[in-house]
Parts: sequence; structure tokens; C-alpha cells
Amino acid sequence: MSSRRSRSRQTGSTSRISDDQITDLVSKLHQLLPEIRNAHSDKVSSAKVLQETCNYIRSLHREVDDLSERLSELLATTDNAQAAIIRTLLMQ
Amino acid sequence: MNPVANSNSGRRKMKSKKKSMIKENQDKPSHAIWKTETRQQIYSSKLVQALSQLSLDSSPSPSPSSSSAPRGGRAVREAADRALAVAAKGRTRWSRAILTSRLKLKFRKRKRHRGSAAAVAAVSGSIRSKKPRFSVLKLKARSLPSVQRKVKVLGRLVPGCRKEPLPIILEEATDYIAALEMQVRAMSALAELLSGSAPPPPSQ
Repeated sequence: MSSRRSRSRQTGSTSRISDDQITDLVSKLHQLLPEIRNAHSDKVSSAKVLQETCNYIRSLHREVDDLSERLSELLATTDNAQAAIIRTLLMQ
Repeated sequence: MNPVANSNSGRRKMKSKKKSMIKENQDKPSHAIWKTETRQQIYSSKLVQALSQLSLDSSPSPSPSSSSAPRGGRAVREAADRALAVAAKGRTRWSRAILTSRLKLKFRKRKRHRGSAAAVAAVSGSIRSKKPRFSVLKLKARSLPSVQRKVKVLGRLVPGCRKEPLPIILEEATDYIAALEMQVRAMSALAELLSGSAPPPPSQ
């Protein structure tokens, strides 16, 4: 263990991240997650937060995929779509 | 009456405006910027531009045997991700990874659909392996195998973070989640607009 530590100290180009900083990052992540599922948001373990994060990212990916499918179907009707796109551009 | 004074005051006004804008962006944490209306408008307009280019490309070829866009949804997803990465202004790893992966896909002529992701990871991994790896086994929270495993999974989900150390992955993930949420909001708004305009509008 000590040898590993010394080796990393030699190569250590990146700064030492403390345990507190990690828990701080994890709690920041936790705040972003939809809070509805977590009734007691104080003592949630890091593993749970990370699991929720992974699930949330996967569900967001799925949502984006669904939306892209929907948008591509809407765009498939080309006559409609180009006029609609121009209209949305003008509206903004 | 003094033109110099006028120009000075004008410049000062512009400077203060710029300063307030920059300051506004700096005061908020990075992931809260994704919730601002301006950022979403920027993204929406970029998205619409990208999508209009897509439809222009695909419309001349109505034949079903075209292999360039077998599933239009996939093309839309990629355009949306690219627009999202551009909207991030290249300050985060995931956005840079998305932008560089598109270039690599273009050079490889898109032979594989799913294998391309692995190829990109291999290339980016070879570039990054020159850096000394940060030892993850140092501290207590990190040495928990459950935490490590989950962070690895997280690193696979966020683009461009497979071989990054733990704190980097966490940081990238917070920004990526905020960006994805904005992407969902913008795309659903766009879908609503498009589906709402399918029937001719009553009053225009």
C-alpha cells in the first residue's frame, strides 16, 4: 500500500482530492436528481446516489431517443416540416 | 458635445453590459446555466438549423433502400447531441468528446453503427493513456468497491469520461445531466410546435 502511495506521489500531476470534496460532489449530484423518490434526503449513501444518477441519465437518454424518433416522424412530412421550421425560426 | 466623451460613455455602457452578462454566468454554478432561457433559445435555434439541414438532405431520396439514413431518429439524435455539445461552448469534456467523435465518424465513413462508439473509445483511450493515471484507490469513500463500480458505470454513460478519475466523472456528470434536461425540454417544445402546426393554423 505504501509503495503504491509513493508511486502515485511521484507521478501525481493532479491535485489530491479529499474525501470531503468527493462527498461534496456527490451531494451536488444528489441535488440535481429528481427529489420525489428520496423522502429522506439527508442520509443517502454515495452508492445509492450514484445508482440513481446512472438510472436518471439512462432515462434521459431514452427520453431524448423517443423525442428524436418523434421529431424524425414529424420531419418526414417534408412539405409540412420545412414550412414549420421556417415558422419556428421566425417566431424566435 | 465632445465626441470623445460620447464614445467613451458608449463604450462604458457596452462594457458594463458585457460585464453583467459575464458576471451573471459566473455567479451561477455551471449546471444552473442550462436552465436559463437564453441558453435554451440558443440551443433551440441551433437544433432547428441542424434539423433543417437534415431534412434537406434526406428529402431528395425517397427510395426506401437508402442506407445513409435507415432510421431518421438516429440522425436526429446525433444532430441534437451535436447541437448540445456546441451549446456547451466546449468547456466540458463530454461536449468535446461528442464533437470530436463526430469528426472521427465522418472520416470512417460510418461503416458501423454501434461499433463506432467502441472505436471512438479506443482512439480516445489511446490518446489518453499517455497521461499518468490517477490512482483511485486512495481514500475511503473511493475504496468502496460498490462506489468504484458505479462510478465506472457512470463514466461509461457520460461521453468522453471512460478513463477519467472519479472527481472528474462526478463533475462532468452534473453538467451533463443539466444539459440533457435542457435538451429534453427544447426537443419536446420543438415537437409540440411541429405537431401543433400540422393542421393549418386558424388565425395567421
